[in-house]
Amino acid sequence: MFTETEISKRKRQTENVMRIFFLVMTSLMILPLLLIIGYLLYKALPVLSLEFLFTNPKDNMRAGGLWAPFLGTIYLVVVSLFVSAPIGIFAAVYLNEYARESWFTRITNLAVVNLAGVPSIVHALFGVGAFVLFAGLGESILAASLTLAIMTLPVIIASTTEALKAVPMSFREACWNLGATRWQTIRRIVIPNSISGILTGVILQVSRAAGETAPIMFTGAVFYKNITEGNLFAYNITEQCMALSLHLFTISTQVPDVTEGIPYGTAVVLVGSVLLVNAASIVLRVYLRTRKKW
Amino acid sequence: MNILRKKSAANLPFSETAIELFIRLCGISSIIFVFGIFFFVFREGAGFLFNGLDLGQFLTSVEWQPTSLNNKRYGAFALIVGTFSVTILAMCIAVPFGLGAAIFVSEFCSPKLRETFKIIIELLAAIPSVVWGFIGLTLMNQLIIAVFNAPIGLTMLNGSIMLALMSVPIIVSIAEDALKAVPDSYREAAEALGATRWQVVYRVLLPAAKNGLLAAVLLGAARSIGETMAVLMATGHSVNIPSGPLSWIRTLTATIAAELGEVARGDEHYQVLFIIGILLFTITFVVNLIADLVIKGIRQDS
Repeated sequence: MFTETEISKRKRQTENVMRIFFLVMTSLMILPLLLIIGYLLYKALPVLSLEFLFTNPKDNMRAGGLWAPFLGTIYLVVVSLFVSAPIGIFAAVYLNEYARESWFTRITNLAVVNLAGVPSIVHALFGVGAFVLFAGLGESILAASLTLAIMTLPVIIASTTEALKAVPMSFREACWNLGATRWQTIRRIVIPNSISGILTGVILQVSRAAGETAPIMFTGAVFYKNITEGNLFAYNITEQCMALSLHLFTISTQVPDVTEGIPYGTAVVLVGSVLLVNAASIVLRVYLRTRKKW
Repeated sequence: MNILRKKSAANLPFSETAIELFIRLCGISSIIFVFGIFFFVFREGAGFLFNGLDLGQFLTSVEWQPTSLNNKRYGAFALIVGTFSVTILAMCIAVPFGLGAAIFVSEFCSPKLRETFKIIIELLAAIPSVVWGFIGLTLMNQLIIAVFNAPIGLTMLNGSIMLALMSVPIIVSIAEDALKAVPDSYREAAEALGATRWQVVYRVLLPAAKNGLLAAVLLGAARSIGETMAVLMATGHSVNIPSGPLSWIRTLTATIAAELGEVARGDEHYQVLFIIGILLFTITFVVNLIADLVIKGIRQDS
């Protein structure tokens, strides 16, 4: 039979070495994720409880829980969602269903890419200049949410575009042939067939908005605000609020003698909610792919 | 048929045009926002930029003394150097790992393992920057002190490692797209000549996908340049020209984040922070533009 020549042996060896080398490279990136989550959980274990989530920070933020910042983050995310979801979805509809191949479309796409690339702190400056000062909203939940909404718009546009692209052209053509107008086709055929993909993008926007710190620092989030525990409507959107991300920054850098474990607990709650929301979007996506009929 | 036509004809004039107008408006919203960002940041900083700021001093002096009473200096050179040095070091760490992982995921992996890796990379990308900063402040700080026997672990190296971990997911996903975009016929041709997987990657795919890989690196770098919270918390935050990976630095982004809360509106110092914002906007805009042109370049070739 064939005996291995010197060359093919060397080829096989390099092949194996390279395969293992790249496997190690990939694994080395995954290791930090596990390591970080494990480390945070281990350090946070003494403080983690339901009570931690439902009590306000106490004693100049050296003790207590996370109620005020947690509720603040929910407010910021929900209000920003109301702005960015419609604009983002319709922007993607425009780019995918209306826009023709032209230099203008190219520029629009380039603007989406560049909007995604603008540093978060520049978004903060924009928020201060446009919403806090020019529009006269002052430092408020509204101003911070609008800043977040514009910052996370590209997330929704990108994933909605993907969802719309997945709807086969023949669906649209069949609908047009029945005499439907463009908008009727979009409303009755394109959007219902891609709604779950669009939803994935909206969920991703939520997770992105929840984690941001820089854009809300000067537009509406404050270091400390006392609100009623357990009241879901404790914030007014024209006032400032606390936020989980900013709270983590504050208690880990600005406040001395914080009870050991509280910053870790805050980080766990923040990472936990963001990853949970992300995982939901991934599960939805994987489920949809298995269910797709065309 | 008749009924449908009547209905749609009756509906068309107003509701259809109105909704189309709205969709078109949303469509160009990104353009409006990009211009809006530039306009409003520029508006706040313009007064001092054209009238008073010594631009030469701003770009070349290392003296950043905005709060000094009798000797105010706005030299951002150390901040610019800080931003670029932390980014370059981060890229030195992230690029080999990112490209290696992209090659593994796209060429050496079974489909099932690929899905798993991609999900994990996506989760890695989802961790908020303030949490990376917190990790830098606690875990990485102690690690650097222990490993390098340094007096303090909040250094450029610390920030670079955090930035590397944050930008790796972007590099992986764009590099993987670039590798996928290489037609399968290239791979088949090389394999038919007896090439092993590694030979295909090294001799065929890397040259064919080099533009996309370059774009991946550029976008990773743009992300690092714009990152704020992680570098604010992990790099020691002191104005300094770094002499090595273990020196303290301060970046452009971190300066804005740390000082904007303490200045009065309309103040020179306040306006200088907005001018730094213009500088950051311009840098990332140019890098993103180059990356886009590079990507468009490959599309036209293939």
